[in-house]
Amino acid sequence: MAIGVAAVITLTALGEGARIYVIDQFASIGTNLLIVIPGKSETTGIPGVAAGAHDITLQDAETILRVIPEAEKIAPLVVGTESVAHGARRRQVPIAGTTRDFLEVRRLVMGHGDFLPAEDIQRGRPVVVLGSKLARELFPAEEPVGQVVRIGGWRMRVTGVLAPRGQQLGMDLDDIALVPVATAMRMFDRRSLFRIMVQVRGTAALGPVKDKVLKLFIQRHREEDVTVLTQDAVVATFSQILGVLTLAVGAIAAISLSVAGIGIMNVMLVSVSERTREVGLLRAVGVGRRQVLTVFLTEAALLSGGGGLLGLGAGWLAVRLMVQLYPALPASPPVWAVFASLGLALGVGILFGLLPARRAARLDPVLALASR
Amino acid sequence: MIRLEKICRTYLLGGQPVHALVDIDETVENGEHVAIMGPSGSGKSTLLYLLGCLDRPDSGSYWLADREVARLSDVELTDVRRNLIGFVFQSFHLVPRLTAADNVELPMVFAEVPRGERRDRVNAALSAVGLADRGDHRPDQLSGGERQRVALARAMVMGPRLLLAVEPTGNLDTTSGRQILDLLEHLNDQGTTLIVVTHDPSVAARADRVIVLVDGHIVRRLAGTDVAKTPNLLMAPEVAAS
Repeated sequence: MAIGVAAVITLTALGEGARIYVIDQFASIGTNLLIVIPGKSETTGIPGVAAGAHDITLQDAETILRVIPEAEKIAPLVVGTESVAHGARRRQVPIAGTTRDFLEVRRLVMGHGDFLPAEDIQRGRPVVVLGSKLARELFPAEEPVGQVVRIGGWRMRVTGVLAPRGQQLGMDLDDIALVPVATAMRMFDRRSLFRIMVQVRGTAALGPVKDKVLKLFIQRHREEDVTVLTQDAVVATFSQILGVLTLAVGAIAAISLSVAGIGIMNVMLVSVSERTREVGLLRAVGVGRRQVLTVFLTEAALLSGGGGLLGLGAGWLAVRLMVQLYPALPASPPVWAVFASLGLALGVGILFGLLPARRAARLDPVLALASR
Repeated sequence: MIRLEKICRTYLLGGQPVHALVDIDETVENGEHVAIMGPSGSGKSTLLYLLGCLDRPDSGSYWLADREVARLSDVELTDVRRNLIGFVFQSFHLVPRLTAADNVELPMVFAEVPRGERRDRVNAALSAVGLADRGDHRPDQLSGGERQRVALARAMVMGPRLLLAVEPTGNLDTTSGRQILDLLEHLNDQGTTLIVVTHDPSVAARADRVIVLVDGHIVRRLAGTDVAKTPNLLMAPEVAAS
């Protein structure tokens, strides 16, 4: 019983932790974001790679900012991989082409130096901002800001270094190089943007702005060939998936609770047969069948309830241990799981205690008294 | 107090019907002290359990305090056992995990007697059997005689009018046995009807009346004072004579 409850608590805590972790990840990007990706996928949710009829261009990005007043900032994004070298040191990293607004849209913090310059989006200056790990690797002893690195065949001046940030949605922001979007497009010979992130003024405007962006692209491309995702739709999907997963895992753990019920039944059956004489005596001194039933059911409930509380403690310890080992995972059992597992433990105990208790209540007092 | 008319009780033992009691007619008055004797398997224990409403007859009628037991529901029978009848067993039947006081308190717990009153009645009952200072001892810390006295206190704590004892001295030495009999007789003197099942003639001799059962039939009725004078006591007179 204790193991069952502990399992429910621990597993649901893990699931809940994972859910909160993912939500936090999204929240760290900002919740008032629209993401425009090329191609039309019929189902929304996970950004799909669909073949777009038209490219999303820098002009499209500029137009969004110009035409839609609620669009506060835009960060177009082009992504590729290239080696970054300084002297003999060389490191293959993802290169992201974007604009100065990216800093705020992705909630990034500079370590030192400056982020990409505010400039005409079409003009790609040969400058680069390094992730903290990349900077450390290329410049173990020197100050990177002001130095020149080679990216592919391009020479670029380092303007700044990001503060350490860690993984964010599968992208290691410490091991990355950021360059102006036009530079990146030339570098990788792209005409289309990977995506455009639009930061909207106030979360309430998300829906209308999404429609406006779609309308704008239909106007410009003559067809609906982009997908606009809102951050909360993605979050909701992930949250839902992980919520169901938590429930499923919890349900599996609950099966172990039912198995524990069999154990309770066994213990109670032994208890009843060992105390047959006592039952006989109780009946002789004027204890009714119902009272005998109540006595044994109470015992089963105490047994399972005690086991449940024990499991609650054990589960709590296990969760604490997990949080100690993986501080990034905010594992904590959901309230419903605590009450459901305790309730289930009690219910199972009483249910499986019923058979032994009924057996005790139905004992023939004369035979019970004479039993050994 | 008790009237039995044509009581029969048959049960199956290994598929064979055993006639434990056959056409028993008997009357016990209020305040009487009656001993039931008989060899093993004569049906004397069956008769006592029947009198104690733990068992029911297959046929015949049993009136206890002017009520016919056969007509009582299971719940009413429980009520009769609780309030009207006290039991004393050969092997004491104390709950080993509970102290003497808790054992005495047990019937009152299930009868839902208020807690404060329970304490007073436990103390009174234990004092009556001379164990006022042993209330916090568990049964395994008591001698056999003390255990039986605890059992007697438990039997009397609900104030029954009928006290049924099955071989109450069977597991005791002579001194402890005599103490128990003295206590039982004392209760009888105060008006409790006492029925004792025994195969010990010295126990039976202290009763007002003795009934001898053989093979489920009453074969003798005699006064307690005649027990010592009667040869072949546990046989039917005609068998004994031949």
